[in-house]
Amino acid sequence: MSNSQLLLQMKNITKTFGPVKALNNVDLEITRGEIHAICGENGAGKSTLMNVLSGVYPYGSYSGAIIYEGKECRFKKIKDSEEQGIVVIQQELALTPYLSIAENIFLGNERQKYGIMDWEETRAAAIKVMQQVGLDEDPDTKIIDLGVGKQQLVEIAKALSKKVKLLVLDEPTAALNDDDSAHLLEIIRYLRDKQGVTSVIISHKLNEVKAIADNVTVIRDGATVGRMTNSKEHPLDLDELIHKMVGRELTNLYPERVPHISDEIFRVENWTVHHPVDHQRVIVDHANLYVRAGEIVGLAGLMGSGRTELAMSIFGCTYGSGISGKVYVRGKEVDTSTVKKAIEAGIAYVTEDRKGYGLNLLRNIRENATLSSLIKFAKYRIMDEAKERIAVEKYRKEFNIKTPNIEEQVSNLSGGNQQKVLLTKWVISNPDILILDEPTRGIDVGAKYEIYEIINQLANEGKAIIVISSELPELIGICDRIYTVSQGVITDDVPKSKFTQEYLMKGMTKEKEKVKKVGGL
Amino acid sequence: MSLESLSHQKNENVKKGAVLAAFTANARQYGIVGALIAIIIIFEILTKGLLLQPNTIVQLIQQNAYVIILAVGMVMVIIATHIDLSVGSLVGFIGGVVALLMQDMHVNWLLSIIAGLLIGLLIGVWQGFWVAVVGIPAFITTLGGMLIFRGLATTLIKASIPVNNTSFNAIAANYLPNILGWWGPFDGLTIVVGILAIIAFIWSQFRKRAKAVKVGLTPDPLLATYIKIAIAIVVIGALTFEFASSGNATQGGIPIILVIVGVLVLAYHYILTRSVFGRRVYAIGGNRRSALLSGINTRKIDFILFVHMGFLSAVAAIAMLSRLSSASAATGTSFELDAIAACFVGGTAVTGGIGTVPGVVIGALVMGVINQGLSIMGVDSALIQTFKGLVLLLAVAVDIIPKLRKR
Repeated sequence: MSNSQLLLQMKNITKTFGPVKALNNVDLEITRGEIHAICGENGAGKSTLMNVLSGVYPYGSYSGAIIYEGKECRFKKIKDSEEQGIVVIQQELALTPYLSIAENIFLGNERQKYGIMDWEETRAAAIKVMQQVGLDEDPDTKIIDLGVGKQQLVEIAKALSKKVKLLVLDEPTAALNDDDSAHLLEIIRYLRDKQGVTSVIISHKLNEVKAIADNVTVIRDGATVGRMTNSKEHPLDLDELIHKMVGRELTNLYPERVPHISDEIFRVENWTVHHPVDHQRVIVDHANLYVRAGEIVGLAGLMGSGRTELAMSIFGCTYGSGISGKVYVRGKEVDTSTVKKAIEAGIAYVTEDRKGYGLNLLRNIRENATLSSLIKFAKYRIMDEAKERIAVEKYRKEFNIKTPNIEEQVSNLSGGNQQKVLLTKWVISNPDILILDEPTRGIDVGAKYEIYEIINQLANEGKAIIVISSELPELIGICDRIYTVSQGVITDDVPKSKFTQEYLMKGMTKEKEKVKKVGGL
Repeated sequence: MSLESLSHQKNENVKKGAVLAAFTANARQYGIVGALIAIIIIFEILTKGLLLQPNTIVQLIQQNAYVIILAVGMVMVIIATHIDLSVGSLVGFIGGVVALLMQDMHVNWLLSIIAGLLIGLLIGVWQGFWVAVVGIPAFITTLGGMLIFRGLATTLIKASIPVNNTSFNAIAANYLPNILGWWGPFDGLTIVVGILAIIAFIWSQFRKRAKAVKVGLTPDPLLATYIKIAIAIVVIGALTFEFASSGNATQGGIPIILVIVGVLVLAYHYILTRSVFGRRVYAIGGNRRSALLSGINTRKIDFILFVHMGFLSAVAAIAMLSRLSSASAATGTSFELDAIAACFVGGTAVTGGIGTVPGVVIGALVMGVINQGLSIMGVDSALIQTFKGLVLLLAVAVDIIPKLRKR
């Protein structure tokens, strides 16, 4: 490949966060005028790489070189890369909802003279770029009044207004329905063919990648593991792509497990959830699942698959709208419409977002640990602190929470110990069913092992356990059975004998129309 | 130095560390107490000993009772990330209603007080409804309340309604009856209460230790407990001396209003630290989403908080009416700001989740002592306001600046 054809070259990019290496000598080459896909699991380092490119992580905070248009670039901030025509559209759209389309397109780049807005020029220029992306709307329409698909187009129009040469889209179709997705991909192709815009797409939807990409770079655990081409003559081999994405060695980082599985105690039937704001959008689609006492069941799905939404909607309708379906505990239908009712029904949900949804960082271990079961430790509504201390102290020892005492503020604990406090909080509520959402996210290996042991022990006590995780080796290592989730649909019920990363990833990336719904039993 | 003495010294150091830790654990609290003591000493010198005269202290309590009463409710509201701007207007309005009942309608003064408290509770329900059920931010709801009830107070009271019921007026002005007679220059009841308070404190400290041992925890070092007890004896002793020698030839001792304030402070401190409700208030303030996901009905807690605030506003209204012996349309103007300032000086976090009742009581006293001290020195009341504003800024800055450096 001659150098003049190369638009961008990222060489030996290494980026660390504290002790963690997020990127380890990653190489990426983008040819002028191509659509290039980057594939990898959650946490593989795709977004980090794009943040290095755009200058979110400034020059100096990483090592390696970025060569763009034949010159080495040292971007200190997003503005620097945008001046060179590199625009990154984040998964979470960065539009201001109460401003108009035209105002958003030229936000930070206003059409103005001496600080006074030129509204005619703004509108005219907006209409011009809007036409290029096929957005047929009044430029004065507010963003809040547009669907997500059209909002995405506004983002692209905004990029075009900045004379974009390299457009990076992070999961652009994750939040879109099928029609909007197809339209968006059409626009990206059109921009390549008519405007010469090179695009980089980060996507979990492998069929989409196959449909649009010219080349694919696969990243796994912060390193480039392969590059694949896709053309009419040599179409992309999805099996090989999946193998590259997940093909890491399984190590023995998991405690021994001898399951003692008995009767079914938890069942969810025809569970359907809609988006909390966009009531038309289906987030969870007729999900059916069951868990038996003593069983650890995995819920494997990529980001945006609806796995957390499924769990939270079951747990007191804390996510979504238009929720329908039935939940059974020990064969009896239960009402889980509020958190209180869900807890009373014997369900506990341990959130994936420790700091945002889990703990009160301003208070101590003891108060956090008993928050979901205060009444149990009270007499006439007055707390019996001695009783409380004894209970929390017991779990401090059992779970090996490393702290001088239970009066320590939780913000002073490490991630692993915070996670143990969160687990304590829900174990103390004495549930029959424990839903653990990413129970080992962001904690070190030693603490992970301890968490697995705790999960094992809870299962052996006869609890039904659901583990949601992005890490396939983890699910394979600790689960007795795994459901795969893709686009809100439970696509497969995988028994232990069929556990391989490749098999699971196929279930996790199944496209909706081809999905065969799997029944409960 | 021999090895033995070295290890002995090390042991000593460990012990010292533990004693120190028992105090530094609540560094912020002790910091405000330290500031209060410093301010008292400074003004004691500047006013040439006038500040700590028994009758000045009684006056300090009587003058600031309303701030403490309101701040006790306000701190709970602020911990739960709300605010209440209406309390000043409530003091004016409820005071007006109570005065009207007693003077124009000749209702018994005790019944009038009960009616006033009920109206406070009702207004709390009204504001709680808008905040918790409808979901209007407390700032807006209570800004509305501030205008609504100031307007109603003005309509109701017109210029002013004098209250000439001596029993009612005694609440703010008089002392507990001198039932045990005079012991020399001292009121006997005050001395007895002071001694009982010291005994109660010592008993509670040892009970706390015993309980800690019972549940298998190491209690604070004995030395720390002794230091605490020593400090308590000095402080309670000094206050007992001051109150016992206050008043005039016919009456003196413990002001009635101090009893009311004391009971409220102890009760709400207990509610906030020991009750399930208190735990939930802190949980909501620290992380509302996590509280929700823990099965806490956050709206119910919000609602109850405003009912409490309405009740306490009514108590403050009655105290104020009794003190002024007259209701006027302007009574209570900017009281909400005094209460809010006391909260923030007393270590309450602007973003919620942090705050204590003892903290805001000290915050209120800091502001009160500055007010009193500067008044005695003859400083213009307009300038006193400026000073109080600076102290508020300084107190919050002291809290925030160390956190900035940490980042």
